[in-house]
Amino acid sequence: MNNTLAIARREFRAYFNSPVAYFVITVFLVMVGILFFVPFFAQDRASMRDFFALVPFLLIFFGPAITMRLIAEERRSGTLEMLLTMPVRDTDVIVGKFIAALGLFLVALLLTLPYAFTVSTFGELDWGPVMGGYLGLLLLGAATLAIGLFASSQTENQIVAFVVALIITMFFTMVDRFAAFMPAVAVPFVEFLSISTHFENAARGVVDSRDVLYFLSLTALALFLSFRALEARRWR
Amino acid sequence: MATNELMIEVKNLTKRYGEVRALDDISFEVKRGQVLGFLGPNGAGKTTTMKILTTFIAPSSGSAKVAGLDISEAPLEVRRKVGYLPESAPLYTDMQVIECLEFVAELRNISKPDRKTAIARVIETCGLKGMTGREIRTLSKGYKQRVGLAQAMIHDPSILILDEPTNGLDPNQIAEIRELIRSIGKERTVILSTHHLAEVQAAADRVLIIHKGKIVADGSPEELESSKGGARYDVTLATPQDGMKGVKEAFLGIPGVNEVDVPQTPKNGTLDIVVRGQRESDVRADIFRKVVERNWVMLGLGRKQVDLEAIFRRLTTETASIKEGGAQ
Repeated sequence: MNNTLAIARREFRAYFNSPVAYFVITVFLVMVGILFFVPFFAQDRASMRDFFALVPFLLIFFGPAITMRLIAEERRSGTLEMLLTMPVRDTDVIVGKFIAALGLFLVALLLTLPYAFTVSTFGELDWGPVMGGYLGLLLLGAATLAIGLFASSQTENQIVAFVVALIITMFFTMVDRFAAFMPAVAVPFVEFLSISTHFENAARGVVDSRDVLYFLSLTALALFLSFRALEARRWR
Repeated sequence: MATNELMIEVKNLTKRYGEVRALDDISFEVKRGQVLGFLGPNGAGKTTTMKILTTFIAPSSGSAKVAGLDISEAPLEVRRKVGYLPESAPLYTDMQVIECLEFVAELRNISKPDRKTAIARVIETCGLKGMTGREIRTLSKGYKQRVGLAQAMIHDPSILILDEPTNGLDPNQIAEIRELIRSIGKERTVILSTHHLAEVQAAADRVLIIHKGKIVADGSPEELESSKGGARYDVTLATPQDGMKGVKEAFLGIPGVNEVDVPQTPKNGTLDIVVRGQRESDVRADIFRKVVERNWVMLGLGRKQVDLEAIFRRLTTETASIKEGGAQ
């Protein structure tokens, strides 16, 4: 546990030692600001609903951008060898890095709170659904970042890690859009797989235990596969 | 300084990457307080062995014990006992030297009050004073190597494994690092790999020459020089009229001669023969008399002491005898 946190702390600091964190957070906030507030002023409703509909799509890009470095860069530079010949478990490395990425995402998410306050000045904002929506985003973010970590564990090339994570995340986010083209039997399955379907409730502020379970399972699965990828170095 | 306690025991270790055998059934032991030099050309299996001993990768078959602990059964315990400097000293370049050492000390489970003294100790030993606030990316290769050594020694390990610790350094830095290794090696078991012979002679009290995943020589530099080395005679004959059949046997018959290499075919009417004998004796006169007795024509005869470098070249190149013959 101590080691997990030590790795998480180092990784979190590394984000802010380089331009990555500042760049990702700034671009994220600017894009959310523009894409949310431009239509917002055109309509007459004090609601965060559109904000919660928007962020999952931005995360398709920003999730992989946060995670692409995590393991790929350690493989490329050889520091993975230094790290994994210290008394550190492979799980410490995976979980520690995941926590760091989630921490960075949380910072970005907290920095969007002023948007909610801005909205609340234009009318009566119902904070219940907003809280639910943020909890949903945190869960969705965890799953996305875990997928990104998995992609990063597969390669020593950050760009490859980024693209692979992007494709997987895009698949899970958009797969329900293709439901109309699929045979009827496949529809429930596709809807079950889709991140969007599970996030819909949260976007409306309803936290359903089935959705929570879905996001947590997806996160756990991706983390487990990352762990296996790290472990595989020993037998190759 | 070496006692009989075995700090490293390697038994029948094999590592296959697909069809390639990076390590082919190697076994060796290292005693406490010994500095073992791992010598071999690139790709011989030095790094693979080190990666296995530090539990970074697992062997395909065979077993190894480090400080009495099995590498497959207790990898974390093994890692606690070992300090490791991987090849080319990979480090987190975005960190300051002091941050890096603090991070390693934390992962090494050194308690907070002890951390300061441990860090101060390795900064002193590795000559990193005045560099602690520098970002690692801004350091020269030599200083990076020192940070790598410092992180490997922070928990005061009884076993140090150093993969090419002087690679890429300039001659002054090499001399300093060697000095450092020698002083470290006074109390610890050290395995260091290199393809520089001078390094082994300067720092190691035992040499293991490894080639194509197999151990081809094992002993102190002096032992190797006397057993595998000795004297080398380069004999040049005009191609004998009676054929080359009896040449090898003739020279082997001389007392003190261990080995005779005769080329398959003569070159330009001459035959370059390599005769190896004991270090202490000089059989040039006997060789001359043998040539006269057989009515051959001698064109040249020379004697050389064989040093570690020649042994290394001979053991790690397949076409060694031909090459050596040409390099008179």
